[in-house]
Amino acid sequence: MKLLTHNMLECRIKGIENRYPFVIEASQVDTVEQDFDPDFLRHMYPRLEWPALKAAADSLGVTGLPTSVSEDMLEDEEFLKVFHHALLEVVLIEGFLVCPESGRKFPVSKGIPNLLLNEDEV
Amino acid sequence: MRTASISLTTYNREVYEPSDDTFLLVDALLKASSQWPKRPYLCIEIGCGSGFASCALALILCQLGLPHHLIALDISKDAVTATRATLKAHGVISADVVQDRFQDFLSRTEQQYDIVVFNPPYVPTPDEELQRTDIARSWAGGWKGRIVIDQFLSYVPKILAQEGQLFLVVVSENDPPGILKALEELDSSLSGQVLMTRRADEELLSVLHIQRR
Ligand SMILES: C[S@@+](CC[C@H](N)C(=O)[O-])C[C@H]1O[C@@H](n2cnc3c(N)ncnc32)[C@H](O)[C@@H]1O
Repeated sequence: MKLLTHNMLECRIKGIENRYPFVIEASQVDTVEQDFDPDFLRHMYPRLEWPALKAAADSLGVTGLPTSVSEDMLEDEEFLKVFHHALLEVVLIEGFLVCPESGRKFPVSKGIPNLLLNEDEV
Repeated sequence: MRTASISLTTYNREVYEPSDDTFLLVDALLKASSQWPKRPYLCIEIGCGSGFASCALALILCQLGLPHHLIALDISKDAVTATRATLKAHGVISADVVQDRFQDFLSRTEQQYDIVVFNPPYVPTPDEELQRTDIARSWAGGWKGRIVIDQFLSYVPKILAQEGQLFLVVVSENDPPGILKALEELDSSLSGQVLMTRRADEELLSVLHIQRR
């Protein structure tokens, strides 16, 4: 699972307020090379929660993302390359997604997060 | 245009086998794709099963040179495992696989998608069939085959991006004109049409193509 996908997930457990973003507990992370496409990054940027991407990248030791992004940075190739790498090339293979409030852990196995809740959790 | 190939697709007793509905869906994607403007696409397939349609979509986008990210979502463990294998066998690296119910997954997002694909459980069955947790989940649709479809329709206004497109497989018993009308009533910026129709054994299958303008 890429950090782009992580950016779109939240804990759906009932009765909590703070469900986003998942904290990542990684036991295996891979890097997969992807085609660099500035247009794709500019298309995705407004749909992302930047602080969640930054926190996820930090937690996996992926460095170089700024705390905030300004419009003109989206024209800067050096920034876009770092953004591209964090968003698309870093892949969580094994580990857990941990709900920031309840601590409920959702397993990630072979790259697939399982977000299914038990009946008493919905 | 290369799409997915059966020989590279994983399925088993617990996973919906690519069937006439799957192939019609892929043909509909192929047909529509000739009109897709050159821009990036964020995509989701709901109920990806074997991953055949997800794979086809990713391969079409690749060959058209359209950058994209695809989420392949299914409630079933066997399905997501199969989809992962199918994507891998086809060399698709633009997709991530997630195991969840769409009712929960789509509740989060203000996330909006440019392409949404769903071949839902559409077969008319007694409503009790919906409680099953085996392969019946891939086809059992309850009254008129509309129970799962109707749950899904309520999310469409929220998840479809500007210029976004939905491809939805239905059968005649689902009342396709009624589905199109329901969507237009939910959100007046949505408009849809029947993109393709095909008879397969007792089923009269269609792919509905809904767009936000
Ligand atoms: C008709 S099959 C389609 C499979 C595949 N997309 C194809 O076209 O061959 C429907 C799929 O939806 C999945 N499904 C059923 N209910 C679901 C739900 N609530 N959330 C997510 N997936 C669901 C089933 O597990 C099944 O894989």
